[in-house]
Amino acid sequence: MSVFTRQPTPATLPPGAPKKSGRGRRSSPLTWRWGDRLALAAAWIAGLGLCLIAAAIVLYMGYRGIQYLRPGLLFSRPAPGLSQNQTGGFLDPILGTALLTLIGIVLSVPLGIGAALWIAEYGRPTWLARIVESSIEIVAGTPDIVIALFGLAIFQLSLFAPFSFRASGGGVFGRSYIAAGSMMSLIALPPLFTATRDGLLAVPAHMREASYALGKTRIATIRRVLLPSVRSNIATGVTLGVSRIIGDTAIVVLLLGDTLRIEPQGSVAGIGVLRGTGSSLTSYVYDNSPAGESAAPQKAYAAAFVLMVLVLVLNLIVERIGRSRGDAEVPTVAGAIA
Amino acid sequence: MSLLVTAAVVAMVVFVGIHAWPTFEHNGLRWLGPGGNLETQIANMQAAGPQPPASAYHLDAWPLVYGTILTTVFAVAFALVISILSSIFIIELAPASLRRVAVPVIRLLASVPSVVYGLIGILVLVPFVGNHLITSSEKASVQNTVELTGAGLLVTVVILTVMITPIMIALICEALVAVPTSWREGAIALGLNPLRAVLAVTVKAIRPAIVAALVLATARALGEAIMISMVSGSRSFAPRPSDGLVFLFEPLRTLASAIVDYHEGLSAPALGSTLYAWAFVLLFSAFMLSVAGYLIKLPLRRYQVRG
Repeated sequence: MSVFTRQPTPATLPPGAPKKSGRGRRSSPLTWRWGDRLALAAAWIAGLGLCLIAAAIVLYMGYRGIQYLRPGLLFSRPAPGLSQNQTGGFLDPILGTALLTLIGIVLSVPLGIGAALWIAEYGRPTWLARIVESSIEIVAGTPDIVIALFGLAIFQLSLFAPFSFRASGGGVFGRSYIAAGSMMSLIALPPLFTATRDGLLAVPAHMREASYALGKTRIATIRRVLLPSVRSNIATGVTLGVSRIIGDTAIVVLLLGDTLRIEPQGSVAGIGVLRGTGSSLTSYVYDNSPAGESAAPQKAYAAAFVLMVLVLVLNLIVERIGRSRGDAEVPTVAGAIA
Repeated sequence: MSLLVTAAVVAMVVFVGIHAWPTFEHNGLRWLGPGGNLETQIANMQAAGPQPPASAYHLDAWPLVYGTILTTVFAVAFALVISILSSIFIIELAPASLRRVAVPVIRLLASVPSVVYGLIGILVLVPFVGNHLITSSEKASVQNTVELTGAGLLVTVVILTVMITPIMIALICEALVAVPTSWREGAIALGLNPLRAVLAVTVKAIRPAIVAALVLATARALGEAIMISMVSGSRSFAPRPSDGLVFLFEPLRTLASAIVDYHEGLSAPALGSTLYAWAFVLLFSAFMLSVAGYLIKLPLRRYQVRG
């Protein structure tokens, strides 16, 4: 286009400036360009839409849960049966979830806190610290199904045979509460590590210096000053880890042997259960959905409702801890994931 | 303690690698390509018994690779747009009262177990799509190759998007908060309207966080097994874009969901090694993702905002 055909523009207005907005007036979306208005509308729709989806999920699960959940289901064990009235409830899966959470947390808390302390307080040599940090990042990025297969490979070694149940021929299956629980600790590790490390890095340096000035050693500083001051971070990390463990299905399906009832292995009471197979709430939902073996949607809904209640409670706990720290304004969801 | 973690990672790569080796040994890298019928190949593996001949390892896993790429790319693309828009909404646009509701709600969405998403998908969305969205003529058009039940690409991508969006929002929101207000105010003072200012200045400033969110969400989408195994129709079928709209309804299977589907065949050595090979591919791509994320973030670091 040549210069000569262009319409002369008034020199007072720069090209593209909104024509009528006077000086000092706030710009209202009504004066914006169409593209901008659309973008604004899209942002509102996206934000509100997500909230609506979340509300729909919670309400729908609540509705189904109340419709199908009977107290009897919570306290009776699953049983083989032909009709839905005979197959029992999900006491065993609830106990299984609790047991897995316990094993996973007991294993991952020393690992996570130990690693975080070392990274934040020592961290020498630097290359080693970098390797450790990135290996935790890798664990966080690894799909749980891969972790499950890894667990299967490890616990099938004859070295670990005492930890899982054996077939009659002496073959090692590598499936037990211990196997599943220890892989669960890998799932819970990243949030625990991140929360603790961030807490430690946020402790002001003068607190450490004051402690040294009072003649405390490094170890004593960690025990008496640092750990108490990051207690709420650790609590957040543990809660996030627990909600990860509770929600995980792939590890349970592969490593817990897919038996609905807890089936102890061997005669010793406590250890027998740990070596035995069983199920968790998630694998119970999976098995009772149309994708699983015993299709019973009502029971799947009821168990999923229990699962949702647990997740909601854990969310509330995280929120409560965050609020007591006084950072409720900023959304600190990232710790949940990274 | 820290060394234990590293040792676990090394052990993971080594063990999965060892178990996957026979598949790589017999097929090279060609098994990632197309050709052959996957379901008969897997039946062969199961039938081969404890000492499988070399021919039993033959594998062409392209439908799985293709299904994985398809679901991941679609879901991540949708989630990227939605999460940037709704992060702007939450941090910049929403009134404080709405924000107080939205943040915990999205955190909840991030922590709903995948099996619950799968349950809703298979009991609510799949029947809906199967009964109301797919017409009988569409079902007839592909009846020679595949049966349309409603479980397929569309439902999988929708649920996967809902699953990974909150993760991205979390990271993006955290970065948005850390951008100094004065930057945006400067842009507004230069004559941009508030939304433009956010898009031009704030969003540009948080590019490293967006990359991090992308990496994390892609890893999640790649590795999602249980939900996809429930709602994807679980058939080793590669959806064909040439089918037009029906493409959206065709069933598929991803690498991760195939591991769940076939996990009972792990004791057959050929199939077991195949499953480990799929897991190794997943592990490798998750690793490459974080490396790629790191490399992309390097030149962007200069603009990074520290909160």
